[in-house]
Amino acid sequence: MSIVDEKAKEVDAADSPAESHCATSVDDGNGIAGLTILFFIVGFTASLFVGWIVFPKLLYSEKQQPIDFNHAMHMELVDNGCESCHFFRTDGTYSGVPKLAQCIDCHQEVQGDSEHEAVFVEEYVSKGREVPWLIYSRQPDCVFFSHAAHVQLAKMDCVTCHGHIGESTSLKPYEYNRITGYSRDIWGKELKNYLGLKTNTYDRMKMNDCAYCHLEETGRKSSVSTEKDGCFVCHK
Amino acid sequence: MTQEHRKEKKYGMVIDLDKCTGCGACMVACMAENNVPFKKDETDKLKSITWIRVYKLTNGKPYPNEEICYLPRPCMHCEGHNGHSPCVTVCPAIATDYDRETGIVSQIPTRCFGCRYCMGACPYHARYFNWWDPVWPEGMEKSLSPNVSVRMRGVVEKCTFCFHRYQLASEKAALDGRRELKEEEYQTSCTQACPAGAITFGDLLNKEHAVYHLKKDHRAFRLLERLGTNPKVYYLSSREWVRRSGDNYHPDEKTGEIISHH
Repeated sequence: MSIVDEKAKEVDAADSPAESHCATSVDDGNGIAGLTILFFIVGFTASLFVGWIVFPKLLYSEKQQPIDFNHAMHMELVDNGCESCHFFRTDGTYSGVPKLAQCIDCHQEVQGDSEHEAVFVEEYVSKGREVPWLIYSRQPDCVFFSHAAHVQLAKMDCVTCHGHIGESTSLKPYEYNRITGYSRDIWGKELKNYLGLKTNTYDRMKMNDCAYCHLEETGRKSSVSTEKDGCFVCHK
Repeated sequence: MTQEHRKEKKYGMVIDLDKCTGCGACMVACMAENNVPFKKDETDKLKSITWIRVYKLTNGKPYPNEEICYLPRPCMHCEGHNGHSPCVTVCPAIATDYDRETGIVSQIPTRCFGCRYCMGACPYHARYFNWWDPVWPEGMEKSLSPNVSVRMRGVVEKCTFCFHRYQLASEKAALDGRRELKEEEYQTSCTQACPAGAITFGDLLNKEHAVYHLKKDHRAFRLLERLGTNPKVYYLSSREWVRRSGDNYHPDEKTGEIISHH
C-alpha cells in the first residue's frame, strides 16, 4: 500500500465523521435556538418582573400617618361636605389639610373610645402641637395649583382628582419615592399606571394627566410650542 | 365643564427713561421677589444673575457735553411673528414657551437641561445661566418666596414678569367668580418698587390700561426693533441719542419710522 492510498483512506475516514458531525451540529443548532428563545423569554419576564414589581417596591417606602382619621364618620357630622374642613381662605388660596385650631372646636376632650382619638387629644390637642399629616396629593415645588380655579370656576368635584377619600374609614399608608420624596399617588399605584393607562381620573396626577384634562375640558391651546395649555398655567 | 375662554392679553411694560434715575431699586426688588441667587463674590458681572439689569448709556461725547441715561432691561417677552420668539424657537426641551393668552414667555427651570441655546438666541442678554447651586446666607432661606421655585445649578432663568403674581391674583379673582383681572391686581415687583414711577405695567391690548396709551407716545421706541423680535417692553425718551441707541443705525439713517406690530 502506497503512502498515497493511506492518505486517501485517512481522507475518507476524516470525511465520513465530518458528515455525521455536520448532521449532529444541525440538530444541536435547533436545540441552541430553542434554548436561546427560552432564555430570552425567561430573561425578558424576569426583567419585566424586576422593573415593574420589584423595583417599584424598592423605590417606594411606606410611612404611617401620625394618627388615623375617619373621613366617613366626620362627613356624617358636618353640614357642608368637604368644605366644612377643607375651605378657601379669603385671598383665594386653599387651606388644604385642617390645622389644629379647626379640630379643637369639637376635640377639646376625648370623644368616643377610639385609641387614635385619645392619642390625638393627649399628644396634639393638649400640647398645642400641629399634627404632622403626610399629604398624599402634594405636588413638587415647581407646580402651581389653584383649587379656586378648578372648584369655583370650573365647578369640578373633589372626587375627580382626590377619589373617594371622603368615604374612607381610615387613612391608607403614605408611600413616597425614596429618591425624590414625592408621594406615590402622583405616579399612581397600579401596574397599568406605569403603562400609561388608568381607569379613574384620580388614579394618577402627573403632568400629562393635568395637561390632558386641560386640553379636553378647556380646549385651550395657548402654548406656541405644544399647542396645549400654556406651561405657566401650572408651573411657577 | 365647558369653559369660556379668557380674553387674549399681551402683558407688557413701558419704561420712561426720562424718569429713571438708575437707582437700581427695580433690580433689588426683583431679586428679592424671585429668589434670585447671588454669590459671595459678584465682581464678575458676566456670571451675575440679574433678571432686570440697569445699563448705563452715554452719548459718547466728551465733558461738558457728555450725557448719561440709565436703561433698565427686563426680559422683553418677544412675540416675534405669531409667538415665535427667538428663545422659544431654539429650545430643544420646550422649557421656554410663548403663551398666546398672556403674551408671556415662560421659563420652566425643571424642564431646562442647560444647553443655553436660548441665551445665544436672545439678542437682549436677558437670560442667565446658573453656574452654581444657589447658596443662601444662614437664615436667609427662610425669607425665600414659596411662590417662585428655586432654580438649581445647570439651568437657565430669566424675568417672568412676576408671573406668580398673575397666578395668585387669578386665584383670588376665581374665588369671586371672575376670570379677568383689573390692572392694579397684577403688577410686577419692579413696577411697584420704582421710586420714580418710571415703570408702567399692564395689558398692551386693553384700552383701560395705562400702557395701551403710553406705548403710542411719540417718545416710544423698542430695543433692536428691526430684528423682528417684536418685544413687549417699550421705552420712552425725549432725547434723540437715547432713542437712537436702541438699535444699530447707520450714520445716514433716521431713527424711528418702524412699523409697530402691536
